[in-house]
Amino acid sequence: MALAPHEPHPAQDRLPDAASVPGVRRARTTPPWWFALPAALLFAFVVLVPSVRGVHYAFTDWDGLDPHFSFVGLANFSELLHDPDATQAIRHTLLIAVSITVVQNALGLLLALGVNTAIRSRNVLRVLLFAPAVITPIVTAYLWRNLLGPDGAVNSLLGAVGLDGLRQDWLGSPRLALWAVVGVIVWQFAGYSMVIFLAGLQSVPKEVHEAAAIDGAGPVRRFWSITRPLLAPALTINLMLSVIGGIKLFDQVYALTGGGPGHATDTLSTLIYKDAFTLGQFGYSIALAVVLTIIVAVVSTGQYAVLSRSERAAS
Amino acid sequence: MNRYRRRTFALELSMIAVALIVGFPVYVLVNLAVRPASDTSSPIGPTTSPTLDNFSQAWQQGALGGALFNSALVTVCSVAIVLAVSSLAAYPLARVTARWSRGTYLGFLLGLVLPFQLAALPLYQTMRDLGLLGTPWALVLFYSGLQVPFTVFLYVGFLRALPQDFEDAALIDGCTPLQGFRHVVLPMLKPVTVTALVLNAVAVWNDFFTPLLYLSGSDRQTMPVAIAGFVGQYVTDWNLIFAALVISVLPVLLVYFLLQRSIINGFAGGLRG
Repeated sequence: MALAPHEPHPAQDRLPDAASVPGVRRARTTPPWWFALPAALLFAFVVLVPSVRGVHYAFTDWDGLDPHFSFVGLANFSELLHDPDATQAIRHTLLIAVSITVVQNALGLLLALGVNTAIRSRNVLRVLLFAPAVITPIVTAYLWRNLLGPDGAVNSLLGAVGLDGLRQDWLGSPRLALWAVVGVIVWQFAGYSMVIFLAGLQSVPKEVHEAAAIDGAGPVRRFWSITRPLLAPALTINLMLSVIGGIKLFDQVYALTGGGPGHATDTLSTLIYKDAFTLGQFGYSIALAVVLTIIVAVVSTGQYAVLSRSERAAS
Repeated sequence: MNRYRRRTFALELSMIAVALIVGFPVYVLVNLAVRPASDTSSPIGPTTSPTLDNFSQAWQQGALGGALFNSALVTVCSVAIVLAVSSLAAYPLARVTARWSRGTYLGFLLGLVLPFQLAALPLYQTMRDLGLLGTPWALVLFYSGLQVPFTVFLYVGFLRALPQDFEDAALIDGCTPLQGFRHVVLPMLKPVTVTALVLNAVAVWNDFFTPLLYLSGSDRQTMPVAIAGFVGQYVTDWNLIFAALVISVLPVLLVYFLLQRSIINGFAGGLRG
């Protein structure tokens, strides 16, 4: 491409006086710092300052009301380590986050591959499969609480297809309840993962696939060598979203099981809520929130580092 | 791969089967919502004598109209504030390379990692001292700050990929920075604004934990908390509860099916932007 000789060079044309008065262009085009002020103030007021205060409270025995409370050092944290409810909740939180991440993304990828084909219903399917993701989680959780009940639709369906032996009290069994919660979340958000994978799949040029097919590469080979590397950004986003969502999980557990039976499905978030608002142990509850923060920070930065490295390696 | 073969047809059938399985709970939801309490047949069989009584009863006894209004009020106000302050803040953060700018941006990014459970309890105390507990304004204030990091992140990423020439031209033509932002930068941000709007609106509308904390005990509930209260009150009256769930889901699904393209692109947009 060549510019016509009489056309001025774009960079010169843009700022006729910039060269003659150094510094003017910079001073005039720099947006002022106070543009960031309203957002920074809101963020500081709602997130930063209370978070810092939260970390402070984690070292006290504050009950949420009494203005007189004392500094107790690491007592909350050592209590936490010896509290079976807390260590169990941490285990559940990690177990839920990992299972959701694996299952939801595997299903989401399969759905995306299925929808990203020549099938005629692909647009309708995309809209329908994504629909659960926009429904209020607490609403889907109450719906599933009934469906998974002893006389619920899931058991009726199992009976109808002759699998009476599989009928269960899904949410009432300490062994199954956690997996039932995972299942409900996967049902709701597999379509979300699908949509993000689809956006990644659609960035893969058709011509590349066709050329590879002509060269004799089968579907599996084409997926592994062409699609997979180009899906890396979508995978990064999906894994981050599902892991962090899983770690912070509250609404669905609250509505499905309330953390029960016993403490079989308590997560860090439900325990934080219970300790603060039903037991009045704000200091201890915030110590749990600090643990949650550390887990989220470590997992998300670790995951980000690993994924962005493999993303670079793949491309 | 574009031709419709027998294998494509088999795939089509299995994908439709998957969609039916995913949609099955919604069938049961509607099926039980139109069923009178006297009908105790299997939840998966179609209701023989459907009725709309459950809906009117749930609407009145659950005060769902008020909850719908509160949810809409909180969502509209919070999202408007978040989009305004975040796009404005993203402008210098994306364009200025000075230390204060990078520092502020890093501060916002830190907010992406902080779980709101950490801030929620101390903020509860502040809201109480300000007399905002139990009012929708506590929620508007909360979301206006909580959603800032993520929204700034979206805007800065998008702005950095945009050329600076138009802003420069506008400012040289005598626009103030604010006019330049309003008339030149903001219109170019439209695609990412749609993404930010969709993601923020869904997050705010659906949130349960925050209103549970800040509105508990008041008579001004948002939809998710009103539903939780309703379930607590009518524990086993599932036909009535399901009618309430349908009422709460209807506005969301209506908006979703009307604006499906923008909404799905909005959710996928974090990737493209």
